[in-house]
Amino acid sequence: MSNLLSQPLKVINVGIESFGDGIRASGGQSVQVQWRPPAPISAQARDKIRAHADRITAANAEALDKLQQGKPVLKGMGVALDVIPGMKKELFLHAGPPITWDRMCGPMRGAMIGAVLYEGYADTPEVAEKQLADGKYGFAPCHEHSSVGPMAGVVSASMPVFIIENESFGNRAFCTQNEGLGKVLRYGAYSPDVIKRLKWMEQTLYPALKAAIELSGGIDLKSIIAQALHMGDEVHNRNRAGTSLFLRALVPSLVRAVEDRQVAAEVIEFINGNDHFFLNLSMPACKASLDAARGIEGSSMVVAMARNGTDFGIQLAGTGDVWFIGPALVPDALFFAGYSKDDANPDIGDSAITETGGLGGFAIAAAPAIVQFVGGSAGDALNYTLEMYEIAVGENEMYRIPALDFRGTPTGIDAVKVVEKGITPFIDTGVAHKNAGVGQVGAGVVSAPPEPFVKAVEGLAATLVEF
Amino acid sequence: MHIVGKIIRGKYFDSVSLMLVARETLGLPGVKDAAAVMATDENKRILKSSGMEWPELAAAGDTDLALGIKADSEAEAVDALEKAEELLVKKKETATDGGAFQPRSLPGALNEHSDANLVLISIAGKYAADEAMQALRAGKHVMLFSDNIPLEDEIALKTYAAENGLLVMGPDCGTAIIGGIPLAFANVVRRGSIGMVAASGTGLQEVSSLIHNLGRGVSHAIGTGGRDIKKEVGGLTFLAALQALKEDPDTRVVALVSKTPAPEVLEKIGAAVRDLGKPVVAVFLGADVETVRASGAIPATTLEEAAHLAVALDQDADVEAARTSLHARATDLAKQAVELAATARQSGKYLRGLFCGGTFSQETVFLLQPLLKDIRSNVSEPLSNPDKSEGHTIVDLGGDEFTAGRPHPMIDYSLRNRRILDEARDPETAAILLDVVLGYGSNMTPGEELAPVIREVCEMDDPPVVVFHVCGTDDDPQARDRVIALLKEAGGVYAPSNASAVMMAGKIIERINREDA
Repeated sequence: MSNLLSQPLKVINVGIESFGDGIRASGGQSVQVQWRPPAPISAQARDKIRAHADRITAANAEALDKLQQGKPVLKGMGVALDVIPGMKKELFLHAGPPITWDRMCGPMRGAMIGAVLYEGYADTPEVAEKQLADGKYGFAPCHEHSSVGPMAGVVSASMPVFIIENESFGNRAFCTQNEGLGKVLRYGAYSPDVIKRLKWMEQTLYPALKAAIELSGGIDLKSIIAQALHMGDEVHNRNRAGTSLFLRALVPSLVRAVEDRQVAAEVIEFINGNDHFFLNLSMPACKASLDAARGIEGSSMVVAMARNGTDFGIQLAGTGDVWFIGPALVPDALFFAGYSKDDANPDIGDSAITETGGLGGFAIAAAPAIVQFVGGSAGDALNYTLEMYEIAVGENEMYRIPALDFRGTPTGIDAVKVVEKGITPFIDTGVAHKNAGVGQVGAGVVSAPPEPFVKAVEGLAATLVEF
Repeated sequence: MHIVGKIIRGKYFDSVSLMLVARETLGLPGVKDAAAVMATDENKRILKSSGMEWPELAAAGDTDLALGIKADSEAEAVDALEKAEELLVKKKETATDGGAFQPRSLPGALNEHSDANLVLISIAGKYAADEAMQALRAGKHVMLFSDNIPLEDEIALKTYAAENGLLVMGPDCGTAIIGGIPLAFANVVRRGSIGMVAASGTGLQEVSSLIHNLGRGVSHAIGTGGRDIKKEVGGLTFLAALQALKEDPDTRVVALVSKTPAPEVLEKIGAAVRDLGKPVVAVFLGADVETVRASGAIPATTLEEAAHLAVALDQDADVEAARTSLHARATDLAKQAVELAATARQSGKYLRGLFCGGTFSQETVFLLQPLLKDIRSNVSEPLSNPDKSEGHTIVDLGGDEFTAGRPHPMIDYSLRNRRILDEARDPETAAILLDVVLGYGSNMTPGEELAPVIREVCEMDDPPVVVFHVCGTDDDPQARDRVIALLKEAGGVYAPSNASAVMMAGKIIERINREDA
């Protein structure tokens, strides 16, 4: 104890900030903690979590190890009905946790209407809407079918999808091809030009890409993501480098595999013109890696974080297929001309799988080009990433941030830390108009709501009885 | 009257920042009341009892920020609410200014700053014990400013600390000085060779400041929190602090400040004192001198005397000579009191003490007991009417009944300033006794805020006497000499310590009553 009196004083100040001023003015050192209260969980759950802290820590280490070992490779493409497990003709997959038609938000309904038109089940939006409202079709979360979808994330039976295999564990993940920005299905638009583009993607883009990917023998997505982080992407709201790198890997095989030069040129132009093309590969890469970490008893590591525009849901490695749900919040965003926060739909999409995997908002320090979403300075972006280390299980061994001296990104969200520290995950996101049929109105950031994490930790605590 | 309110989800600010925003908002046109608090059940109750309710408030919780405004018109209320939000945003921006990352949690801070050796905790009591235990487990010493921590948590923390060679100052420890660095509410005191252990916050501030004012300095001043000397806690921190000072080569003399410890704790302290190998002065307010002497310490009856005796020992001077010179000064003060009594208020009978330092109000009550009969005070139990004095009344305005949902009177003078004027208007008030506490954490402009009120009192027809003392040093950010000059110029009667202020005020009253009789 005498060491307190004999050493220079260095204080960690938790609480009243002005105390730090007095310490510094007198020549002492003081580190201010931006403390906030823990999220309120039941005392019973809290005590149980504390009693099993060592067990949880060990389980999380195991879960993180599985995640780190993941080796997602783009193996090929196929039609949803043929390749997605459990896919059926009149089933529509969607982003986020389960939801019924009556609770679906505008853009989700719009995307469903578009998908019904795309499948040819109805000729007009009115008929499609009536069929959907009448309960003619089934709905299921993408996540429950080894898939992920950005924004509304709607996948229907005849849509082509990428097939990503986690070569370390053999599990697969699926995702549709990215349509571009603006008026697109995933943002809830369903006008004839939207459907027309989807048809072109099915009939021209898909066969060309499928042939090229197969000829290439597979494209290593993990290494593209690692390089993209060094080139200014966080592979959620910025995918320019990832898309470029992907195109570079693809083009030789594409040119060889596609006989019609006109088609090859159209495919290259489409990908080149869509900075977000790689999002639909970074997402399933994360999904394939995270799914390998499922089913680890006692682990509070988050394996899915997804929004359907109404609810925000998460799943933990240690709690099986249970969804823990809270309200989806409206993002803080930069809006396209003519739109404002009043037009914005609450947070939507499976794309938060990137944050779940240590990318996106968790890696925003790697993406100085998009700091206008987070306050405008590169320092702000660094601080957001630094904050996320507080709730991460560990640091990524592969994905590293140049501006942080190549420190690994904060990886594996620990729901217990989220609750105990009152810090919720920081998510980059696009913003959809709240009404069906309009499309994208902006992009920005949002903090996850605390409720799903509180429920998840309570849910995990309930499983701890058996130990 | 119009009330508007707003709930901001998931935004947290420390209590002092919020109170300063509320105070600034209160000065806006038409605003009658302003609240900026975390929406805990307790704070919601306080808001409700002051008539501040709006629809969203009920559903808000611990992690939500509640802003409420009561104003003459709807428009003024809405404007003020907007302004309050702006002020908070500005605070957050200054707080995070400079771009350097501030950790968001204690574990985060411990990760990045493993060389830190003390964790200072001043968050709401219900969270503080958990954070303190995390700090101890990481091998860090703890200063726990927070109060409202259950006794069993205090015992658990201190037991763990004792087993692991760590120090827990507090809970409810308002001040300490470690190696010349002032912690929380502390004064700028020169470094020296007098070590202190104190179970009372303003007691530590008074003794350390007086040591500085007498030309000597402090090695370390360790606060223990007021409950440490209770039987249940057993003086765990007090004893650990004595051991630390024993081993500290910079400490030559030790001064102890406390209310009377429980007998079994005093016995343990006595054993440690006799084992210390360094001279020890003790002021145990309310204890009889012989008990203290039996413990092996040199007894002092006032905070001031403790400082004088410690300084004498530190200078290898004669303790009795120091006592004699203090007595001589007391005689001078008594003469001055006689003069003041001669011109005292005709209708005045009673003494009214309005304190922001808890220890000062306690010392005042103990010192007045031999002089005056029927003293009312909230020092040991609540007053029947805390807002209205009767007879001789000594009020600790830092008591819970005054501070719930409000800034401490050491920071915010508005409550006491109003009360001073109330007392002055009561014709039975003969003398008003005040303490002014300087140092980090306290009000930064005490002279500017208090002098106009003293002047207003002294310019009344046939005014009461206002006696004050200033606890602090010339090196404090507020500068003691400057504050004294301002208050004297306004008409206040200055005394060099709380004890001497009490003696002077007490003598004035005694004299008046004798003349009446």
